[in-house]
Amino acid sequence: MDLKILKYNAGNIQSVLYALERIGVDAIVTDDHDEIRSADKVIFPGVGEASSAMRYLEERNLDSLLKDLRQPVLGICLGMQLMCKSSEENNTECMGIFEEEVKLFRPEISRIKVPQIGWNNIFDLHTPLFDSVPEKSYCYFVHSYYASLGSHTIATTEYVLPYSAALHRDNFYGVQFHPEKSAAVGEQILRNFIEKI
Amino acid sequence: MLTKRIIPCLDIKDGRTVKGTNFVDLRDAGDPVELGKLYAEQGADELVFLDITATVEKRKTLSELVKRISHQINIPFTVGGGISSVEDVSVLLQQGADKISVNTAAYKRPELLGELEKEFGSQCIVLAIDTRKEDDGEWYVYLNGGRTKTETRCIDWAIKAVSLGAGEILLTSMNHDGTKQGFALDITRQLSDKLSVPIIASGGGGAMKHFLEVFGQGHADAALAASIFHFKEIQIPDLKHYLAENGIEVRR
Repeated sequence: MDLKILKYNAGNIQSVLYALERIGVDAIVTDDHDEIRSADKVIFPGVGEASSAMRYLEERNLDSLLKDLRQPVLGICLGMQLMCKSSEENNTECMGIFEEEVKLFRPEISRIKVPQIGWNNIFDLHTPLFDSVPEKSYCYFVHSYYASLGSHTIATTEYVLPYSAALHRDNFYGVQFHPEKSAAVGEQILRNFIEKI
Repeated sequence: MLTKRIIPCLDIKDGRTVKGTNFVDLRDAGDPVELGKLYAEQGADELVFLDITATVEKRKTLSELVKRISHQINIPFTVGGGISSVEDVSVLLQQGADKISVNTAAYKRPELLGELEKEFGSQCIVLAIDTRKEDDGEWYVYLNGGRTKTETRCIDWAIKAVSLGAGEILLTSMNHDGTKQGFALDITRQLSDKLSVPIIASGGGGAMKHFLEVFGQGHADAALAASIFHFKEIQIPDLKHYLAENGIEVRR
């Protein structure tokens, strides 16, 4: 398995690499176009701010490279959001792989904190990405912006409102939570991406 | 629903856990990685590693430890203890830490919070505050591990710190720490209701009902404890079962 992790100006890339190591999978972190294009599968991780990440990708043509990939791609957190149509975070035009739009949580009750930090459950699970993952499993989330529900939603979570915990279109998958930090459930999801997708 | 979090804290010196532990089933209970891994398996939601090493080799041992932790532990963890610069934080995050906590250094130079927020995002900045309620009924900020009193009210510092970039507050009540008589419900609730970021309550957790109180009356988002977990006075699965039975959403 030739697995590549896209390197760009976002945090948490190392955590994804270590999580893969824990389940016995080797991966290479790279921003080399040829290496990404020739990979069997690609992971597009990220923690950070949408507009600066998008600008960084565009300057290196990594956005068009990602959009043209035909092998399975898994976006994580900011990675998933950048694969959507747009983000309210500094009004950023994103890649448009998923039609869903990314919006800011606007709770009406002040006691609901933004960002959402912690463990929340995922439900209405579809696709083999969630094989052997029970409905209402808990995953670890850290985010202020969310992707709305839409035709590409394959998992739902509720915080302020129901939103997309995961998206899927063709060879592209995205998860809002951090599988690399979501204990055994997260490891199962990473394993599914490696083995079942 | 977003759950309330249970966070064991491990004090580290020279790469080893400081407080004694009661884990006969561990090969090496002094190894923070082994202990942390056990807590993760038992259902801890996050871990905090607090380094109290004072030697010059501190930076190197800590970054090596963080690397070992992130290789082996599959839940989020925070690292704290003497962090005072963007460079300190950069090393720890690169080694795989999810969050870092700052305390005295941020109070002395509040711009540090803004620098960290700009560089890494507020989601990885935990501001630790040690606070004590004085005879005048106000909660004041203490520095240097509780040795130095300031004239700043806890609530004022917390509000300022969040506006500068702190993404979470780890609030330790010195009046309650070590007493096992329960958390400081009033100041925890005051901060939680006033601030838009999560509050981690610390200090005083000695019985399961104290956790129920701090989540219920105290409006805490997370609760942190050390020795009661290390000495198995409370087991994490039992605590979560108890909280769930009493209507608190927890991950199980």
